[in-house]
Amino acid sequence: MDESPPPPQPSETSPPPPPPQASTGSPTDFLKGVVGKRVVVRLTSGVDYKGILSCLDGYMNIALEQTEEHVNGTVTNRYGDAFIRGNNVLYISAAEPV
Amino acid sequence: MDTSLAIQEPFDLIRLSLSERVFVKLRGDRELTGVLHAYDGHMNLILSDVEETIMIIDQHEGTTGEQHTIAKRKMDMLFVRGDGVILVSPPSR
Repeated sequence: MDESPPPPQPSETSPPPPPPQASTGSPTDFLKGVVGKRVVVRLTSGVDYKGILSCLDGYMNIALEQTEEHVNGTVTNRYGDAFIRGNNVLYISAAEPV
Repeated sequence: MDTSLAIQEPFDLIRLSLSERVFVKLRGDRELTGVLHAYDGHMNLILSDVEETIMIIDQHEGTTGEQHTIAKRKMDMLFVRGDGVILVSPPSR
């Protein structure tokens, strides 16, 4: 009746993966870091906006300065200031070192 | 660049554009220019003296390119539902 083998130990020397080195931090930390820097904002439509990130809010509404609108790699518009409604945003990419 | 100091959140950009002529990019290849009278947190907008520009893409079979037709119309007063708004740009200072 001694059929109670010990459960297999997951001791295959696999510690949890180390956190990614260097720039650790939350998404919020990233966003705080890129305020005032050049960024590329891509919308779900595929249009890119390149400019200086003035500020953003919790909806990911974005204020950009010196903005260029790029469609298929060509500049289609320029805006001194631009407000982008957050629901359209796909990603925000740093265009210079953070 | 004194105005950039006054901007702490994106909606400040819109607040500073009240009573000014703004450019609005909408879903469905539509653009508006008009004088901004009011807005709210959804980006619902009240515009006056509005011109709407509609880009219509005609697909012709057989031909390589696509034709862009531009339609324009004017409206005295317009309520814009916020969920259609992609971008708002104030007049350049």
